[in-house]
This record gives sequence, C-alpha cells and structure tokens, in this order.
Amino acid sequence: MIITNIETVPGKNIVEHFGLVSGSTIRAKHIGRDIMASLKNLVGGELKGYTQLLQESRQQALDRMVDQARQLGANAIVNVRFSTSSVAQGAAELYAYGTAVRIE
Amino acid sequence: MYNLLFFITLIAVGYLAGTFAERYHYRSIHHREKMFINLPAVTMKTVDYPDDKIKSAELVYGSAVISIDYFKRFTASLRNIFGGTVKSYESLVDRARREALLRMKEMAGDSKIIVNVRIETSTIGRNANKKSVGCLEAIAYGTALTMDQ
Repeated sequence: MIITNIETVPGKNIVEHFGLVSGSTIRAKHIGRDIMASLKNLVGGELKGYTQLLQESRQQALDRMVDQARQLGANAIVNVRFSTSSVAQGAAELYAYGTAVRIE
Repeated sequence: MYNLLFFITLIAVGYLAGTFAERYHYRSIHHREKMFINLPAVTMKTVDYPDDKIKSAELVYGSAVISIDYFKRFTASLRNIFGGTVKSYESLVDRARREALLRMKEMAGDSKIIVNVRIETSTIGRNANKKSVGCLEAIAYGTALTMDQ
C-alpha cells in the first residue's frame, strides 16, 4: 500500500478512484502516566509517555484506514490528512483520512 | 506561610530544571538539524525532478509532546493580566514543532526530499490550567520521495 499526502503518486498513473477512506481511534491515557506527566509538568520538557501513546494511536488510525482501502480493492491512498481533537477530558481522537485509488 | 514557601520552591525548581531542560533540548535540536541539512522538507506539492526518476513515495510523520514548566506557566498567567507577547509559550511551540520535523526526517531514511509538509498543533487536555497537564502536541507529516541515482 502506497500512502502519500500529495494528490498523485509520482511516476504512476491513477486508473481508478474509490473515494474517501478514513480511520480513527480514541485513546485515553492511563492514570499512572497521568501522574507522571503532571510531575513532569513542573519541570517542563518532553512527555515521552504521551508522545509514544499518540504515536501508537496514530499508527492504529492509519492501519484502520489502510484496511478500509484494501477492502475496496485499492492499492494506494493519496492526499492523506491527519487531525487530532480532544473529545473528552483526558482522551484524544486521532483521525486519518485520504482518497483510495488504484494505480498502475 | 508554608503554602507560600511551597509555591516559591515549586517556582524555583521549575525555573532551574526548565531552563536546563530547554537549553539541553535546543542544543540537541541544533545538532540534529545540521545532520539533516541535506534532506530538505518543503511545503510545495511538486518538485522539479522528472517523474520517471522518482522511485518511491511514502508518507512520513513525526510528533512530539512538550510540556511547559511551572515557572513559565506562572509568568504566562501574569501575562494574562497585562496582555502582550507570551514569550514563555513561544519557545514551547517552537521546540515541539522543530522536534516533530526532525522526527519526520528521521523516519524518511535515505529519501532525497520531503514534499507537501504540513505541521499541525493540538492540545491534549486543557492547557495552562492548573488542574490538568499543560502540554501541546506538534505533528509534522509529508511525502518522502526516493530517487533513482
């Protein structure tokens, strides 16, 4: 599966469009990480636990999007966008969407 | 009285540790930015390379969550009264974005160029609120192009 965030796949021709595919995941951090993060919040700096958590969830959102595209019979996804929103206190939604296409 | 002492200690710890961490982080950012000087990340969607020279295209992304220290949060809340530039938050977002860009470049491996780079920031939880964690996430993503030699 080729994933790009530009309108085309360079060097390849798009032969068929399948429309929008998307994947999302909502994750909450567990309380241990929360306590560590609020301690870290005193001294500042990177919150490694949160970074890792978001990275994992973003990967999951991408995987779900890829699954959906595969079911449609696509072999590439173009114009992919990410977005993040906090739906509730302490939970974040990670969303990835793009256009499934078939290339030569 | 004890409350005040506790508060002053927190501010002092925040100031010292925060300044140290920031300086250390900036040094590492400068160092790695020099390493990746041959891998440009541009916001354009196309580049001047001929299409048949491009071997592969791949989505790359990187993110970083950076939190603010206690001292800076205090000065920022003072700023809220008088208004004006909030300097303490500027370095926070700057660090988060540059770190995210660097991680994206690390993911790109031996690509020649990264096109259509987007940078997004989002807050997780409520920021600058004492009850929850004041931090923000920056994510950078783009398409890494690998060329034929």
